[in-house]
Amino acid sequence: MARAFLAIVLHDLSLAWRRRGSALSSLLFFIIVCSLFPLALGPEPQQLRTLAPGILWVAALLASMLSLSRLFVQEHADGSLEQLLLSPHPLALLALAKTCAHWLTSGLPLLLLTPLLAQQYSLPAAPALLLAVSLLIGTPVLSLVGAVGAALTLGVRGGAVLLCILVLPLCTPVLIFGVGAAAAADAGMSVLPQLSLLGACLALALFLCPLATAASLRIAME
Amino acid sequence: MSRAFPPPHTLAAAPARRQASRWLAYASPVRFYPLAGRMAPWFFAAAALFALAGLWVGFFVAPADAQQGEVYRIIFIHVPAAWMSMFIYLVMAMYCALALVLRTRLSSMMASALAPTGAMFTAIALVSGALWGEPTWGTWWVWDARLTSELLLLFLYLGFIALESAIDEPRRAERACAVLALVGTVNLPVIYFSVRWWNTLHQGASVSLTAAPSMAHTMLAGMLLMALACWMYAIAVALVRVRCILRERGLAGAVVEGRA
Amino acid sequence: MGPASAGAATADTALRAQGLSFSRGGRRVFEGVGFELHAGQLLQLLGANGSGKTSLLRVLGGLLPADEGELCWGGEPVRSGEPEFLQAVAYLGHANGIDADLSAAENLRFAARMAGVDDSPARVTDALRAMGLDPASRAPVRTLSQGQRRRVALARLALLRRTLWLLDEPVSSLDAASGERFFAQLADHLRQGGMAVVATHELLPGASQTLQLQG
Repeated sequence: MARAFLAIVLHDLSLAWRRRGSALSSLLFFIIVCSLFPLALGPEPQQLRTLAPGILWVAALLASMLSLSRLFVQEHADGSLEQLLLSPHPLALLALAKTCAHWLTSGLPLLLLTPLLAQQYSLPAAPALLLAVSLLIGTPVLSLVGAVGAALTLGVRGGAVLLCILVLPLCTPVLIFGVGAAAAADAGMSVLPQLSLLGACLALALFLCPLATAASLRIAME
Repeated sequence: MSRAFPPPHTLAAAPARRQASRWLAYASPVRFYPLAGRMAPWFFAAAALFALAGLWVGFFVAPADAQQGEVYRIIFIHVPAAWMSMFIYLVMAMYCALALVLRTRLSSMMASALAPTGAMFTAIALVSGALWGEPTWGTWWVWDARLTSELLLLFLYLGFIALESAIDEPRRAERACAVLALVGTVNLPVIYFSVRWWNTLHQGASVSLTAAPSMAHTMLAGMLLMALACWMYAIAVALVRVRCILRERGLAGAVVEGRA
Repeated sequence: MGPASAGAATADTALRAQGLSFSRGGRRVFEGVGFELHAGQLLQLLGANGSGKTSLLRVLGGLLPADEGELCWGGEPVRSGEPEFLQAVAYLGHANGIDADLSAAENLRFAARMAGVDDSPARVTDALRAMGLDPASRAPVRTLSQGQRRRVALARLALLRRTLWLLDEPVSSLDAASGERFFAQLADHLRQGGMAVVATHELLPGASQTLQLQG
């Protein structure tokens, strides 16, 4: 089973490398959105610094939604998803593997860019780093919950927008805790409560979401 | 050549049928259709009675509040609607769980029938909250914990309805919405907790629609009566709607074809 | 019937279907389907387009749930997603199930790894050569023709070493020569104790049983 898990992760990573245009475009979307807000809100450093965690988190959320809408689409179209469903390995495990690979190609680059983008918002180094840590724990939850949405809306009319409608409300707790952590760091307070809440969300999502994704994939393929 | 064996047993809930009570027999859509038609008017009548009683208590019997005057009376609509919006979501999720586990189509149809009513009560809660907020605090919208949670709950309902209308194949739509409703249910406590936490973090002990005036017994009675009225209404409307769904999917049975 | 064995078919392993029916969109696609298939046998599904051949194959593979009826593998009833059964099944539908951005060899290596069989380059090379493809090619499958892509999918079948082959119009986009090559491979598979359910339009020589679906 571990061999199959690793096989899928490596396979999806090499596929993402071949199609690196798509992965890079969602990253570019993230950067552009982050640059839009100062243009809209004005360049005053103190205001930007206060708003930075919220803006960066919402931008990360939207960029994740964009990349999630492509999660199972190609496999569904060329029949590879069928083959996965017929594999003797537990489908939840395979779904988890695909979600992992997705996070490695979309969530991880996002959070690596965050300290850089935080400079646009005059966020000092320590809060910027903690913002990245909150994204480190939070973006996997986005990938996990989003995978359920992607499986539910597979092949459906208007799938990408529908995915956003379904998944964004479910992600509000992660947003609240993640921004709370970064804001607390900027105010010099303890971030432990928020990070542990984020960790709890991650643990719950790791347990439940692959099962829900597997059920949704079977439903989508019926 | 094809050899047709008689089916040894169906893959459906065969053991359940063996110990079937009268109730389980009504899980058959054809049986349920006329039953729903007979029950609905009674629930509408009950709803009307409870509503009359509740509104009378709320608007005439309960005393005016010292601080908020007459405006607070909107609580008799706002709070029952909010209660019902949450209650209906839980009932929906229960039907969805039944639909996934037992593979009964009627359960998912009941869930689909309840969704628009649940969304309506959520909207009523939001609008009545706004109507309460404006005279009391001068703004049409207040980001308090309850209103924000109701807003997110409205999004969950609308997402359910959107997913159902986007999928063409009825069986897939039912099962996909069932998974969505269950995921939403697990998420609901997390959402409520996080919104409450967010609210206390940002606003402290300031404006809150949950800071209702101290509950006189009459006020509580009024709210309970209105809640019962909403509940009866929700059941009645769900029964009517599920009949429409049954007709739409052609499961209402041959008896129906003659009727208008 | 003896206990199920994962892997090569013994004399006891049989695929038995009884009373299978399936409806979709208010239409009865097929009903009362039953058959028994043993090692070395080929069941051919015949029928016009829309007669339910694809649906029956998907029901056999567990992708679709049957409304009624029973499916047994080696004497044990098959539940949806049961690993013992899936370990013995290789399915090929209308879609090829291969990634267009990887090369043929990479696709086969991934399939072998997922199936838990030996993914050595030698085996992959043999499988590709047997279907007349160039094993050394690093070109993505996207650049191959429809027929060549189908051949990659067919090459995967032999590589996986599964007992039961469920094939939906396997040679539909192939020329006569490639089709012959595949049927030779199918005959090999049956000779070694495998079994197959194949949906096609025309009658195959060497079919032990046929099932005509009315639709």
